[in-house]
Amino acid sequence: MSNIPQLLVHDHEDNVGVVVVEDLKAGTEMLCVVTHDNSTFKLKAEQDVEIGHKIALKDIAEGDTAIKYGEDIGKFVGAVKKGHHVHTQNLKTKRW
Amino acid sequence: MSDKIMAYRRDNGRVGVRNHVLILPVDDISNAACEAVANNVKGTMAIPHAYGRLQFGEDLDIHFRTIIGTGANANVAAVVVIGIEPDWTQKIVDGIAATGKPVYGVSIEQKGDFETIRQASWKAKEFVHYATEIQREECDMSELWISTKCGESDTTTGLGSCPTVGNMYDKLIPKGVTGFFGETSEITGAEHICKARAADEETGERWYKMWEAYQNDVIFAHQTDDLSDSQPTKGNILGGLTTIEEKALGNLEKIGRECKYIDILEPAEAPAKGNGLYFMDSSSAAAECVTLMAAGGAVIHTFPTGQGNVVGNPIVPVIKITANPRTVRTMGEHVDVDVSGILTREKTIDEAGDDLIEMIRRTANGRNTAAEALGHREFSMTKLYRSA
Repeated sequence: MSNIPQLLVHDHEDNVGVVVVEDLKAGTEMLCVVTHDNSTFKLKAEQDVEIGHKIALKDIAEGDTAIKYGEDIGKFVGAVKKGHHVHTQNLKTKRW
Repeated sequence: MSDKIMAYRRDNGRVGVRNHVLILPVDDISNAACEAVANNVKGTMAIPHAYGRLQFGEDLDIHFRTIIGTGANANVAAVVVIGIEPDWTQKIVDGIAATGKPVYGVSIEQKGDFETIRQASWKAKEFVHYATEIQREECDMSELWISTKCGESDTTTGLGSCPTVGNMYDKLIPKGVTGFFGETSEITGAEHICKARAADEETGERWYKMWEAYQNDVIFAHQTDDLSDSQPTKGNILGGLTTIEEKALGNLEKIGRECKYIDILEPAEAPAKGNGLYFMDSSSAAAECVTLMAAGGAVIHTFPTGQGNVVGNPIVPVIKITANPRTVRTMGEHVDVDVSGILTREKTIDEAGDDLIEMIRRTANGRNTAAEALGHREFSMTKLYRSA
């Protein structure tokens, strides 16, 4: 079993992580690393997600705030289940 | 690792890493003459651009600062300036001559292209002989002015390539390097962090007012939608970035953890408060931003990219850094520093920062960057409003 992670998370407060491998398939038990302190956890990817795209770390409700780098990166405009793809279809800026 | 580099020390004391002889147009209609001179005299480079007629006010100030700053840059040995009329040509000649380097101006009115090209070619040839006899000499890396701006960002830039630049600044700025960062529109969402990274409260307040003025005068005054087609860009979105806040937080990783900015520069303005980190009010478009920072005096540019930006600059070597393994695979000819090991956890940010410093040292010593080898010489003037 490789110890190369499939998902990186900046901070413990974050509710999204970034896929860092190509061709991630639904059903993969991802090794996730929190880059802040190199701690690890496991999470199952529920969808095929492209490299660089985000995955929800827990069930998220519409109206929740997305947290990455421990900071506010926008508002969820749709509910997202844990392990699912987070992008423009369910997350929008709070600016502009 | 050696702190010494072999570089060009100019008459004004500044250190350059390239030795260009430029044929510099004052305005768009002088491009053809400049290109003819550069064709006549090998070892020179024309920098054609789109503007320089009937501009006024702040827009004209930026134009002059950009052209004069480009000629004054320490990567430039000597300059021939060509403009349609004598007054503005002389203004640019005088601005560049303040550095002590050889500069010659010629204007086209009442001469025509043929006579202008003849006079300019003789001078350009003299400048090539002059420049090619200048020897590189030992300088300290701390004398470098190093800028940064990222492009075609994705989520890997905030994880890997931007923190690599930040680590480099955290190590080199305390040693005396002068640094530039900017991209005013791309701090939106991280403005509270950027404000807090000023060296003192007064500078932070000035930075915040500048950023707020940009929001009000540019974005809110001109927006027709939520900017979701522009900022983040379509390329950013393909790469997984969703919002401007997310992009900004990744962007700001480029100033590392420790260093604080000591002043705020107008577009193309040169630092004047000594060594340290400076914020330049600038566009987030790659070529515009690199052009402004080069005009401000940066001699090496560090450029993190995720999805693969290909930008270069006529006078400043642009070092590309990426952490995205797909970009390394598909666009490897554009990559100078591959830090994809950060994503696989095989490389630390600290090690990646050292890799970048080593590439800066090699680039300063003369290694051509990918952008130089591929002939990327994008020179884009910042234009604030319509000309008169």
